[in-house]
Amino acid sequence: MQIDKNQLLRFTTAGSVDDGKSTLIGRLLYDSKSIFEDQIEAVENSSKKKGHEGVDLAMFTDGLKDEREQGITIDVAYRYFTTPKRKFIIADTPGHIQYTRNMVTGASTANAAIILIDARHGVIEQTKRHTFIASLLQIPHIIVCINKMDLIDYSEEVYNDIVSQFEEFSSKLLIKDVRYIPISALLGDNVVNRSENMKWYQGSPLLYELETLHISSDINKIDARFPVQTVLRPQREGFIDFRGYAGRVASGIFRPKDEVTILPSGFTSTIKGIHTEDGDLEEAFAPMSVAITLEDDIDISRGDMIVKTNNQPEPKQDIDAMLCWLNTDEAKPRAKYTIMHTSNEQRAMIKEVVYKIDINTYTRNTEDKSLKMNDISRVKLRTTKPLMTDDYRENRNTGSIILIDESTNETVAAGMIL
Amino acid sequence: MSKYYLNYLDELESEAIYILREVYAQFQNPVILFSGGKDSILVTHLAKKAFYPCKVPFALMHVDTGHNFPETIQFRDDLIESLGARLIVGSVQESIDKGRVQEEKGKNATRNALQITTLLDAIEENKVDCAIGGGRRDEEKARAKERFFSHRDDFGQWDPKNQRPELWNLLNGKHFEGEHFRAFPISNWTEMDVWNYIKRENIEIPSLYLAHEREVVKRNGSWIPNSEFLKLEEHEEIVTKKIRFRTLGDITITGGIESDADTLEKVALEVSTMRQTERGNRSDDKRSETAMEDRKREGYF
Repeated sequence: MQIDKNQLLRFTTAGSVDDGKSTLIGRLLYDSKSIFEDQIEAVENSSKKKGHEGVDLAMFTDGLKDEREQGITIDVAYRYFTTPKRKFIIADTPGHIQYTRNMVTGASTANAAIILIDARHGVIEQTKRHTFIASLLQIPHIIVCINKMDLIDYSEEVYNDIVSQFEEFSSKLLIKDVRYIPISALLGDNVVNRSENMKWYQGSPLLYELETLHISSDINKIDARFPVQTVLRPQREGFIDFRGYAGRVASGIFRPKDEVTILPSGFTSTIKGIHTEDGDLEEAFAPMSVAITLEDDIDISRGDMIVKTNNQPEPKQDIDAMLCWLNTDEAKPRAKYTIMHTSNEQRAMIKEVVYKIDINTYTRNTEDKSLKMNDISRVKLRTTKPLMTDDYRENRNTGSIILIDESTNETVAAGMIL
Repeated sequence: MSKYYLNYLDELESEAIYILREVYAQFQNPVILFSGGKDSILVTHLAKKAFYPCKVPFALMHVDTGHNFPETIQFRDDLIESLGARLIVGSVQESIDKGRVQEEKGKNATRNALQITTLLDAIEENKVDCAIGGGRRDEEKARAKERFFSHRDDFGQWDPKNQRPELWNLLNGKHFEGEHFRAFPISNWTEMDVWNYIKRENIEIPSLYLAHEREVVKRNGSWIPNSEFLKLEEHEEIVTKKIRFRTLGDITITGGIESDADTLEKVALEVSTMRQTERGNRSDDKRSETAMEDRKREGYF
């Protein structure tokens, strides 16, 4: 394994037990030998208790007590596996409509989404919902797995039919990269190994796709943005005048001698050095955590953003966003919330709900102005001070926000800036 | 031509550093929960990196069951000295003496569950608002659903069904007085990642992780080390074996495995071929199918 080259790929799987989602994850873990013998033993024991014969692959993904008792997934669970080519993080989310918020959560950091379709049923409402969320959250790659091919005699015709159904409805959405794979998660066809039963399929098995997806271009390398998390002032020998701005590069590339502007103050300076404990760097790009020092003494604190002078984000106090409501408490009209955007925190008011989206039909509802759990709506926000924003479509890190209810401290909404 | 992507270990490192800096920025009085095990050593190492050239800005909190490996305590004290950090010790023995908890009875009695009270008392006494832990999501099914920032109510309890959603890199650490958070910067690391990183960074770890000769006794399929706390059963026999430990907990419950891996390279290689989870030798997790979840709800690490 080439550790110095291997990348990390995060993907999300949305779907219900009926689609065979848990079976697919179980299959990936099992066939990539990521499941340990004592885990297999534990699942065998539980399978027996429930009266199943053999190992139920789906049980490898069961988490909390309530879920195992009810046989459902109620939250995002993270799974890990590694192959000689990559390390994978799966955000395993339930697919039912009442779990939209979990799907959105899992999708927010994903490089790729696996959308499962039961070959017997073709594209259904749930497929449209998952695809919409993947597109809304701008997951760069979508892999549509047409599952249970074994139950339709591995029919190429049925497969082609489903592919064109998918092409048709998804043409309305903004999707950069989509690919299709006919699989049987239960029997293993085209999951890790190429299927012997579908010679007509010219593409690669799922795992190969996951191992080779080109993801290094998914991060924005153009717009240099560095949100300051905290200031490092060691004030000890050797570092008496050291004043480092600690943060993680949100996008773009920074180098010493770059001319930079500090927002919101607008002061300009030049990068003196980029520092880590392992030594100074010639350049830093997303998502590297570093400390930056500047040539000039400027008052900078958490929430400020260092950007290149020739490429600046837009300071906005009136923000148009797609908002997903995450809380059981409905939004109160014109209520004020704490808004978090990169390391910056302000207060915000929801000034207007423009429309709500029906995520099954992709239609807009301009009548219903309420914001309830799992609703996805276009809103207008007003903040107390300007936020340094980019469009979410261009930049996931500087285009995303969350809202926090000040009376409960809970995260109540997630937004994508338009 | 340089590459513009990180390899996965660098990405995990960067993510952990980001989380540690968020903890520092969002909380008044955070501590690192330090057990002397490899995961908390790793978190401490990452904290050094996150705040360089400043000192690690967190105190280390150790919940001391009194049933330690002597090597662990020595390691802890050496590390504290080299970091120049403050050490807070919560003592289970003291909790017992004060009548806050009662020692378990029976053959497999341990002080594992008693730690919860001691930990929560230490958090309250020291007004800690965030305890940083080395928990990983791959360790155990209940941990697979943990957040980076995990909210605890004023009883120190975890409510897995009512967790705050965590999107993108936006971490919400807001809390009311008396409540606290647990932060897990290495959530996304697996045991293999930890070893590969320890090897790469050449991080010092207690010698217990490397193969060595030790007096042990076979119990429940694991090699339990001989110590002053060990009560021999009939038919049990103390033997000397070359073993090493995959996890370090109390000396009374941590089972070793037979191994010849006496260097970091050999350990990493051995781990990559392991067919058992690392907690498989921890008798605390074997008590019931939901042992970890039940303890976590009450406030366990």
